[in-house]
Amino acid sequence: MSTQEFIANPSVPPPQAAGDEPLISIRDLKVHFDLGGGGLVDKLVGTNTEKRVVKAVDGVTIDVYARETLGLVGESGCGKSTLGRAVLHLIPPTAGEVLYKGSDLAHLSGKRLREQRRHLQIIFQDPYASLNPRMTVGQIVGEPLETFDLASGEEAEKRVQELLETVGLSKRFIKRYPHEFSGGQRQRIGIARALAVDPDFIVADEPISALDVSIQAQIMNLLERLQREKHLTYLFISHDLRAIRHVSDRVAVMYLGKLVELANAKDIYAEPLMPYTKALISAVPVPDPEIEATRQRIVLEGDVPSPINPPQGCRFHTRCPYMIETCKEVVPRLVQIKPNHFAACIRISPDHPNIEDVAPGAAPGLESGQHS
Amino acid sequence: MSQKNGNLLEVNDLRTYFQTEDGLVKAVDGITFNLKRGETLGIVGESGSGKSVSNLSIIRLIPDPPGKIVSGEVIFDGQDLLLLSTEAIRQVRGRRIAMIFQDPMTSLNPFLKISRQLMEMTQLHLGHSKSQAYEHAVKMLEMVGIPDARERADNYPHEFSGGMRQRVMIAMALSCEPELLIADEPTTALDVTIQAQILELIKRLKRETGTSVILITHDLGVVAGMTDHVIVMYAGKIFEQAKTRELFATPGNPYTKGLLRSVPDPTAEQGKLYQIPGLPPDVARLGPGCPFAPRCERAEEICHKEFPPFVQLNPDHCSLCHFAKEVFAESGGQMSDQDR
Repeated sequence: MSTQEFIANPSVPPPQAAGDEPLISIRDLKVHFDLGGGGLVDKLVGTNTEKRVVKAVDGVTIDVYARETLGLVGESGCGKSTLGRAVLHLIPPTAGEVLYKGSDLAHLSGKRLREQRRHLQIIFQDPYASLNPRMTVGQIVGEPLETFDLASGEEAEKRVQELLETVGLSKRFIKRYPHEFSGGQRQRIGIARALAVDPDFIVADEPISALDVSIQAQIMNLLERLQREKHLTYLFISHDLRAIRHVSDRVAVMYLGKLVELANAKDIYAEPLMPYTKALISAVPVPDPEIEATRQRIVLEGDVPSPINPPQGCRFHTRCPYMIETCKEVVPRLVQIKPNHFAACIRISPDHPNIEDVAPGAAPGLESGQHS
Repeated sequence: MSQKNGNLLEVNDLRTYFQTEDGLVKAVDGITFNLKRGETLGIVGESGSGKSVSNLSIIRLIPDPPGKIVSGEVIFDGQDLLLLSTEAIRQVRGRRIAMIFQDPMTSLNPFLKISRQLMEMTQLHLGHSKSQAYEHAVKMLEMVGIPDARERADNYPHEFSGGMRQRVMIAMALSCEPELLIADEPTTALDVTIQAQILELIKRLKRETGTSVILITHDLGVVAGMTDHVIVMYAGKIFEQAKTRELFATPGNPYTKGLLRSVPDPTAEQGKLYQIPGLPPDVARLGPGCPFAPRCERAEEICHKEFPPFVQLNPDHCSLCHFAKEVFAESGGQMSDQDR
């Protein structure tokens, strides 16, 4: 299917950031992991009679615009990291498309895919596990240069030195090994490695979660500076809502494999619409005792349900304080409730955006036919 | 029972050193603080600041060797815990002072049912019979909000989610009605909605039982919402201590100031985030001056040469800095009576 058809599909209009072209378009992306069960033998033996599938990412459609930072936030098991990896085809998607500048990565094979993937890079959470302990910093940062035939020999070494300086490391470190560095410095090495191939797009998967507070600020500032200087586009994945608010232009909230809300960072924090986002934002501790003393916090009951056979209907209905019977059946779509503010909830609509004001039992979103 | 001044805990000049290959590490180097009954004290700091070691020292869980509490007093309800025999300290631990740790999976025995692990506490410390202990265990699980507590009591730890395991840990910690609960990063491993549940739970239980709490965390947001007093640690030293509101409103130490400014505030307009330059110090190689001086914006010559004084700014507010009064004034702080 061509790009045009998808963009023409009105079910989930891509949010418009002022006049920019999407760099990455994610179209109805699904990543399912088959856990087995449900086979003939299983049925005969009587164990695992049901087929078990983890729907880690279950139909996500979103555009990432050039030079923006799209924040992707959610709790553990919501599928945010899987989505990040599937975008780069590090995990093959089960269904759906990822378009980079309009061409579908899934249709590329071998050499072409690798060539395109050069423009797409990733930074990982754990700076201890993502660097080869037997390679020097120079080798780690220089390896992608050789892989993609970008530079070799002296030229490569010079480039590595430049890269280290770009990320705020001394070029003297070139012969050292990862264990000689602190967590923050290792994360800088990982960033230098990602930058080596001059990418357009970087998936930053929890890049600051393992770091100390003062170092987190350093890495966030570094990423922001690099974005300005090198015109980078980020998909910034984190469970840290304060960091997401700080770095993102737009924020997408994920719950059990689905996007539930999408808006400008400022709007989503000031006026979250969907009940899960409301709870999430209200749960963030604010570093101000005066605010904390008077704040009303929405404390959700229970845990996130298992992504193996997740709840029917709206996946959040098992914990939602605004749940009505219909929520157990209808799967809500991401609908534009306010300008450029999308939310997936049948109990709100553009005419009734505030769920607190909606009459008990009413589902204005459903009545306007947005979800059918 | 209580001491004259209402202090449940008085820690005086506590020092815990570790002998390592890199030399002597002064993980905790002369800390002094008090905790009143029913109060919550927050201890914040980055990794390696000594916040966890200070609390392990209080209940004497420092592995020796390589660690050693080299000096100080830990007066708990009038008794110096550092002078108690091993047997006597075991009577205090778990019974009168309980701890919960960051990772509830590694602090529970994976081979024992939850009920067994809870019963152990009260059988040992309160002399409960088996059936009494079982009933008490179920009651505790109900109190911390485990649904279907009676059925769930006979599950194993791996059958619980992270948040539920942390609830079990809290149930265990509180089952002997301790006077002091030490919570070391109790929500760091949890998701934000689960963190909110656990923090609300600790607050509620504190209200109901009157337990004093020491909350160790790196999260200034958690400190802001949970504590009455705060201690900021850096390189094994207390850099600043104050009432929570005063510390956030008018910090008197450049490190605290930097830390507060480097946390994004989701309710404010997002400008460029302040960053403290450099890296936390190697505690085995500290110079004679202020340990924060190499990263400090306003450090002057004296800061690199001389160790800073612990300056009293207000009755409850002290800061370790050569320029504490200036920093405090710059933050808008008012010293109450000049010559106290």
